Amino acid sequence: MKLQYTIPADDFTRAGEASAAVKATLKRLGFPSETIRRVAIAMYEGEINMVIHASGGEATVDIFPEKILMELADNGPGIPDIDKAMTEGFSTAPETARHLGFGAGMGLPNIKKYTDELTIHTELGKGTRLCMVVNVAQ
Amino acid sequence: MTIADIKRILNAEVLCGEQHLEKEVHNACGSDMMSDVLAFVKDQSVLLTGLVNLQVVRTAEMMDMLCIVFVRGKKPTAEIIALAEEFGIVLLQSPLRLFSACGLLYQNGLNG
Repeated sequence: MKLQYTIPADDFTRAGEASAAVKATLKRLGFPSETIRRVAIAMYEGEINMVIHASGGEATVDIFPEKILMELADNGPGIPDIDKAMTEGFSTAPETARHLGFGAGMGLPNIKKYTDELTIHTELGKGTRLCMVVNVAQ
Repeated sequence: MTIADIKRILNAEVLCGEQHLEKEVHNACGSDMMSDVLAFVKDQSVLLTGLVNLQVVRTAEMMDMLCIVFVRGKKPTAEIIALAEEFGIVLLQSPLRLFSACGLLYQNGLNG
């Protein structure tokens, strides 16, 4: 099953809608709650990142019985230093993100923590594509 | 304890989810930083926070929480209340500060 969403630009009020929809679908399909939570958190953090840094983008979720694949693609500025971005506490998020309870430099570290595989393709000035895999708990 | 106990202990007002007050809760967390809630929380069913926006409700929903307590008398907008209602999350509003609210619940048997 394939789900596709457009993540709106600069609209914090709607950030998280796609993740909530994916969570509801996985629940309906009867996946284990721990798997659902890991997918929901990883995708939610990814969505927030796209709104904060990249004026939104596209999310594609492929659901298989044994794993969930998520791809988040944006046309944002790209990530200059992935190692730095993966460091807990390092953040380039603006003040507006902090007012919403984000921008603490936990986004990518959180995504890594909750996924089984994370690949980041990024090009400065072109955009970033996050590929995430969550294996379904047996 | 139940969510109704939390309401009583924190002298809180119910903003939505009145029908879920008898639900049992065992763990809670207090934070204004939603990223930290997503990073460190595991199976806590109550979120105490002084942050008031839609992302608080979305974060709580991602973590399968049952109840959000807005401390320091913070009042959420109608939009926030409507989203919590849609997710079946109880919203409480307490005049207490975050530290005091957490302390009282801990003292009464709620774990971290």
